[in-house]
Amino acid sequence: MKPLSRLLPFLLMSLSLHAAEPDKARQQELIYLLKQDCGSCHGLTLKGGLGPALLPQQLHGKSLDYLTTTILDGHPGTAMPPWRGLMAENEARWLAKALQRGVK
Amino acid sequence: MLLWLALSGCASLNGGAVRGTGDLGVIIERADGAVSLLETTGNSLLGRVSGLGDLSHASVVYSRDERYAFVFGRDGGLSKVDLLTGRLAGRVMQSGNSIGGAISQDGRWVAVSNYTPGGVRIFDAETLELKADIPSFWGEGGKRSKVVGLVDAPGEKFVFSLWDAGEIWVVDVSDIDAPSIRRFRNIGRNPYDALITPDGRYYIAGLFGEDGMALLDLWNLDAGVRRILPDYGKGERKLPVYKMPHLEGWAIAGRLAFVPAVGRHEVLVIDTEDWSLKRRIPVHGQPVFVMARPDGRQVWVNFAVPRNDTVQVIDTQSLSVVKTLKPGKGVLHMEFEPRGEQVWLSVRDRSKVQIYDTATLKLLRELSVRTPSGIFFTDRAHRIGL
Ligand code: HEC
Repeated sequence: MKPLSRLLPFLLMSLSLHAAEPDKARQQELIYLLKQDCGSCHGLTLKGGLGPALLPQQLHGKSLDYLTTTILDGHPGTAMPPWRGLMAENEARWLAKALQRGVK
Repeated sequence: MLLWLALSGCASLNGGAVRGTGDLGVIIERADGAVSLLETTGNSLLGRVSGLGDLSHASVVYSRDERYAFVFGRDGGLSKVDLLTGRLAGRVMQSGNSIGGAISQDGRWVAVSNYTPGGVRIFDAETLELKADIPSFWGEGGKRSKVVGLVDAPGEKFVFSLWDAGEIWVVDVSDIDAPSIRRFRNIGRNPYDALITPDGRYYIAGLFGEDGMALLDLWNLDAGVRRILPDYGKGERKLPVYKMPHLEGWAIAGRLAFVPAVGRHEVLVIDTEDWSLKRRIPVHGQPVFVMARPDGRQVWVNFAVPRNDTVQVIDTQSLSVVKTLKPGKGVLHMEFEPRGEQVWLSVRDRSKVQIYDTATLKLLRELSVRTPSGIFFTDRAHRIGL
């Protein structure tokens, strides 16, 4: 028992380092943030507002890297703000993927 | 006969008894495309009207008899809600994507400002029939700008700003069949919202793309647009703006006006005698709404994400924050009762509406409303610009 409990923090750490995806609870938070907070500019249903629509057909042909960078660093000189600081890189990438797939 | 039938349908709201509408209002349920009906005498919910479409950025104006609420939805829907019967009295899909609206001085016309296709459309308040269409063309090649900051003004006018174009337009609808438009160009980059002073004289647009605000004196249109506060915060770094501030409620106390600073944790205090910056009040986050209690003694402020769990109260005599409240995550809007003794706050993430006593700053009651956002009371019917 003892060795395992000592190992646990390291196990967890390596898990989070390699985690490509945020955990389920954080995923839910991110979708909520997408709808509510991104939604204040892009629309609750992402059909557009002050910012452009973010539905799969609009994002078609735009790379995952472009979308991830857009989310993290914003588009300077426009109203699209940088979200780095409110979310980690893997979280932004996960959101970008969700946008490409389409969010229900 | 028809009227009697319609009125008898209101049994669910008030037992069929005759009642006034001066203490009524609506709360937008943004996720469900519905509004809750409320009354402020007993602070209770009276009913719910659904089927209003995407209300993620909805606003409301009232008919001059305070019976009908016109609800402007994000998806371009314009709905007319009958507060007495608790029913939808009319609905049109008027564009792809809209942002807000206004009702004319005489109450006959309802104007809606649209993002796509950009422009303003004006409807008959009675029938919701389209009466005028004003596309917001600018620059070369038939581009249309997103329209923001639409308000009514005395003299049967509507005034609004063009986000992409950096323009203010004043439209006179005295003759609805031939509205006349006066354009003011180069007012500054990206006006994000605007307000009009309670006397209907000054229209002020906030700028996102640069510091300062654009001021138009509607009594002296020939003087043109003047820039105010052009260099507050020059050289200081702005924070990322996660939510556009709103300029809906003109917060005015004596000769001072209070407005949100864009990208800063500050409320700006403007001297309305000469439009100079009098003070920058440090606050908890980036302000979204800065609203004065009707008597002007207090100003209440809510904030953008990630600091939207807090509300602060500013005392307008000492120009300092006197109270910090933590209603919970997602405080989206505040509405004062007509004489200001109580204020209602929507707390989106907790699906609650809270009512505070503005003298003691104590919580009086919490109502359950799903994902509430805007709260609108009928006394707006008789206020210029609301
Ligand atoms: C304050 C308003 C605002 C908020 C909040 C906002 N955006 Fe944006 N966003 C914009 C604007 C404006 C643009 C267009 C920028 C341009 O013209 O280059 C944009 C562009 C984008 C693009 C690029 C779209 C394309 O087709 O190239 C993506 C992706 C995006 N936003 C995602 C998000 C996400 C995800 C969030 C929330 C985490 C968010 N935005 C929050 C205003 C906003």
